[in-house]
Parts: sequence; structure tokens; C-alpha cells
Amino acid sequence: MAEVKLMKGNEVIAETAIRCGCDGYFGYPITPQSEVMETLMLRKPWEETGMVVLQAESEVAAINMVYGGASCGKKVMTSSSSPGISLKQEGITYIAGSELPCLVVDVMRGGPGLGTIQPSQSDYFQATKGGGHGDYHLIVLAPASVQEMSDFVVLGFDLAFKYRNPAMVLADGVIGQMMEKVVLPDYTPRRTEEEIEKQCGDWALTGKKNRNRHVITSLELEAPRQEVFNEKLQRKYREIEANEVRYEMINCEDAEYIFVAYGSTARICQKSIQLAREAGIKVGLLRPITLYPFPMKPISDLCGRVKGFLSVEMSAGQMVEDVRLAVEGRVKVEHYGRMGGVVPTPEEIVVALREKFSI
Amino acid sequence: MELTDIIKEENLVLKKSGLLTDNVMHYCPGCTHGVVHKLIAEVIEELGIQDQTIGVSPVGCSVFAYNYIDIDWAEAAHGRAPAVATAINRLHPEKYVFTYQGDGDLASIGCAEIMHACNRGENIVVIFINNAIYGMTGGQMAPTTLLGQVTATTPYGRDAKLNGFPMKITELLAQLDGTCYVTRQSADTPAAVRKTKNAIKKAFQNTRLQKGVSFVEVVGTCNSGWKMTPVDANKWMRDNMFAKYPLGDMKDI
Repeated sequence: MAEVKLMKGNEVIAETAIRCGCDGYFGYPITPQSEVMETLMLRKPWEETGMVVLQAESEVAAINMVYGGASCGKKVMTSSSSPGISLKQEGITYIAGSELPCLVVDVMRGGPGLGTIQPSQSDYFQATKGGGHGDYHLIVLAPASVQEMSDFVVLGFDLAFKYRNPAMVLADGVIGQMMEKVVLPDYTPRRTEEEIEKQCGDWALTGKKNRNRHVITSLELEAPRQEVFNEKLQRKYREIEANEVRYEMINCEDAEYIFVAYGSTARICQKSIQLAREAGIKVGLLRPITLYPFPMKPISDLCGRVKGFLSVEMSAGQMVEDVRLAVEGRVKVEHYGRMGGVVPTPEEIVVALREKFSI
Repeated sequence: MELTDIIKEENLVLKKSGLLTDNVMHYCPGCTHGVVHKLIAEVIEELGIQDQTIGVSPVGCSVFAYNYIDIDWAEAAHGRAPAVATAINRLHPEKYVFTYQGDGDLASIGCAEIMHACNRGENIVVIFINNAIYGMTGGQMAPTTLLGQVTATTPYGRDAKLNGFPMKITELLAQLDGTCYVTRQSADTPAAVRKTKNAIKKAFQNTRLQKGVSFVEVVGTCNSGWKMTPVDANKWMRDNMFAKYPLGDMKDI
């Protein structure tokens, strides 16, 4: 029997982690996502499922603990917010370079620098384009509801293990802080050592016994061999791009203009659509659910029948670059955004649409 | 007498640990790393814990430790080995987990990670090689470089006003309640090598007692970085390093 609760987005991250058989969480407090670790500490999952929860001394240490746990084939995660994610980038690139599965949750706040603690979407670049050094990608899921905060913890872990690649839930302060009804998943037991052996037995650190030693590393001093590894990673990313694109289209059937928006901004855009349609402007919404892989083809396919795209983001214009890449100049692409923790209103988005497309 | 008459079990006086691989070590002749690797391999073999031990190698000369000791390894980012080992230990409390770190890795960039792993009392072993220099990158100043010591980044000798003071990190860690065994050893004489081996063995055995971090510093030489012959490097170490970094147990509870 599914359990329905009224919960905060951040609390749902913690609750779902426990329920989906997560082995370990390693974090460091930062607003606006501190409730993730607080909820875990209150729930004491080590008594219930055996899940390890540890407050690290820094974001750097936390992500390296994730590296250690993931090296053992364990289902491990961390969460943070923008400045903390910047600190985690070192560990994330090592995790990508060692092909380890893990989940990173980023509840975005405004930047740059210490910035603000209010919601933002200005981590799009550092989430979707690699973020740290070297050629790599995370699988990036963008929840637009508290329900999706739960769903994408489960999905994120599944994809991370499917591709041996770090996955990220890229939320924003609105989704993290707001309360909504959520259907929580049923409990899935943590995998047994035998199940981990079956799933990750050809690479995980389980202790060398009757096999060659396993080494988790991203180091290769021979350039040609490193290039072979880079090519392997790129083949994996092409596979992810072919198989894992997820998106939602709302009111696009008759639309002349399309909002492209994710996360809380996509929710606001739904109200903007209603307002615009009341004024006779046919607008639809394309909501990328995976930001990497980005829904290039669905956007490209719309180019033949719409007049333009407005990328609406709480940033100076980051996702709009990917929209332009998908559109390839065929129709007009504009950006509207608020920064610094300011959340746009539905009305101002409609005004921006009218102004930018001279409607 | 033929060679086959000599190669007999009863004539065997020394045998390479079965846990040391046949890979040719990249360490310079005279370097301390090779000796300590051998000791760790022997200890793991003697305790019969090969299938229960996970090593975490650092960034620096010993980054390739995983090529030489035949156990499972994770190679950590620079300085982060104690954080990596923390998670492995927490998720595998029944295993023997150790980090192997140099002075730049542990006492400089990884200062926070080692302090907090020690303060939390993680049930791990830390092997710390202090040769007072960055070897892998070509002989730059380390936190443990002595005053007056010439390195690539202290070409006129380490000057306290410019570079601060040599750091006695092991003494700092001994103050923390999460460490149970803290010792400083060397590997410059057969007697010292035996004492270091005993210290490493004790550290691994402590893992079963769940008492916290066992920390073994080995003061070593980097004759390439110090630009000395191996013999001269050992003499310089005894004449200069041991005064700042005195050998012996700092804590054993």
C-alpha cells in the first residue's frame, strides 16, 4: 500500500533514499538543503536498514566519501547546494573518471560566490557540461515537484548503476523547500553482499579472493591508453543520449510559441501559458526532465511548426544555449530569466514573451 | 656444485612476500617507499588478511602503490584518502582499511581530511611517509621540509619568514581522542626496518579492536629530491630529520 504524505522536497530526498535501499549518505550542511541530512539523522536509518549517514568535515570530504563507498559497489549519495557543488566538482570528476555510480543532489541557490540562499538555476552549466575538469557528463534529472524529488532519487540511482556513471538530481531552492503531497515508494531492502557481488562483482572493492585485484582509479600515464578510455566514455555518453532523454510537453499541439523551462520555472510557466492563452497567444511548454541528455530532437522537431522558443530560467541564460543548438537558427530563440534568487512571476514571463517576439 | 644444488627449500633465507607483485617498481634506488611497501605486504600476508584488506593510495610518488601489493585498492584524489577510507570502513566495518600517504598529500592538501578522520576515530590504519619533500612533482617544498632545506621551491633554503615552519603533524594527530596508536619510525637500518614492521603489524591488529585510527609515520629519504646518494641521504636524515622528528611511540592506548 503506497504511503501518501505532505512533505518538503528536501525531506523527501532523505525519506526516499532510506526506502530505496541506499547504503550511505555523506553530507555537509548548506542552505537551502540542510533538511536532507537533518531528516536522515532524525530517522536513524542505521537502526532500520543499516544505511550509513555521516556528516563530513567539508563538501570535499563528503564527495570523496561517496567515491570510497561507490568504489565498493555500494549505493551512496550526497547532497548540497551550489557553492558546495562547486567544492564537490573535484570528487565528481574522479567518480566519472573511475566510472563509479552515485547520486549527487544539488538544490540550487543564487551565485556566483557565496551569492544568496534563495532559489536559482544558475548551476545548469556546472551540472550538464561536466563541471569539473576533463571530458565527462553527469546524468542530470530536473524535478519540478516534490513527487519528482522522490521519483528521481530512485531513477537517478538506477541510471547511475546502469551506466556506471554519477547521476545528479538538479533541483532548486523552491522545489527543495516547498511542501506538496507525495506518494512515497515502498521499501526496497538494501542489496546483500551477494547481490552487490552479482551486480558489481567485476569491478567493486570487496576484498581480493580467488580473482585478480580490483583497482579503482582514474589515472593513466600513457596518453594513447587514456585516449582509448576517453573514447569509451564518449561511447557511453552517446548511448545515454540515445536512450535516456526524458521530457514533458504541455499544450504544444497548437502552440505557436514554446516555453522551454525546467524545475520550478516550468511550474510557473504553466500559469503563464494559461494567462497567455486567455489573451489569445497560443503557447506551450517543453519541460526537459533530463538536462543531460538534453531533449535536442523534440525541440528540433517543433521548429517546423512554431514561431519561436522562449527559454525561461532563473539564470542569465544557460539552458538557452542548448535550445539554440537544437534549433540551429531555424526560428527565433530568446531567453528570459531572473537572477540572484528572484523567482519570476507568471505575469512577467508573459510580458517578456510579448516583448521579445513583438506579439 | 650446480645451481640446482643450492636452490633448495632448506637453503632459503629470504623470500619475497607473495603479496608483492612482479611489477618493476618505479621508485628511485634508495627510496624508502619500496621498503615500506614490502613491510605492508609481509604484514598482510602474515596476518592472513589479503581478502579482507582494502588499500587507499594517494597522489604523489606512491600513487601507484596499487601496482605492487596484490590487494583491492582505491586510488584517491590528492589528500582525500582518509575520506575515501572513512566510507569504505563505515560500509565494510569487517574489513581492514588503510591509507598510504606522503607528506604533501597528508600534511598539506589533505590536512583537513586526516585531522577529521583521526578525530572521528575511524577504524583505519594510516601509513604516513615523511621525506620532507614533494617527490613526484620534482622536489618542491613540503609542510615537513626542514628550515634551511633546499628544494625546487625553496632554492635558497626554507625560510620561516617566507615559508613558515616544518609541521609536526603526527604530534598534532596524537592529541586527538580518535587516535589509539601514534608512532614515528624509520627504515634506515635493519633494526629500524624490523621496528617499523612491528609498528605496522600492531596498527593492522588494532583494527580488530575497534579503538580508532592507528597512525604510523615513517621518516624516509628522497635521495633524488634531496640530490644525494642513498647513503648520504640516510646520513642526512639521521643528522637532521630525527632532531625535528624524533622516533618512537607518541600514543599507545
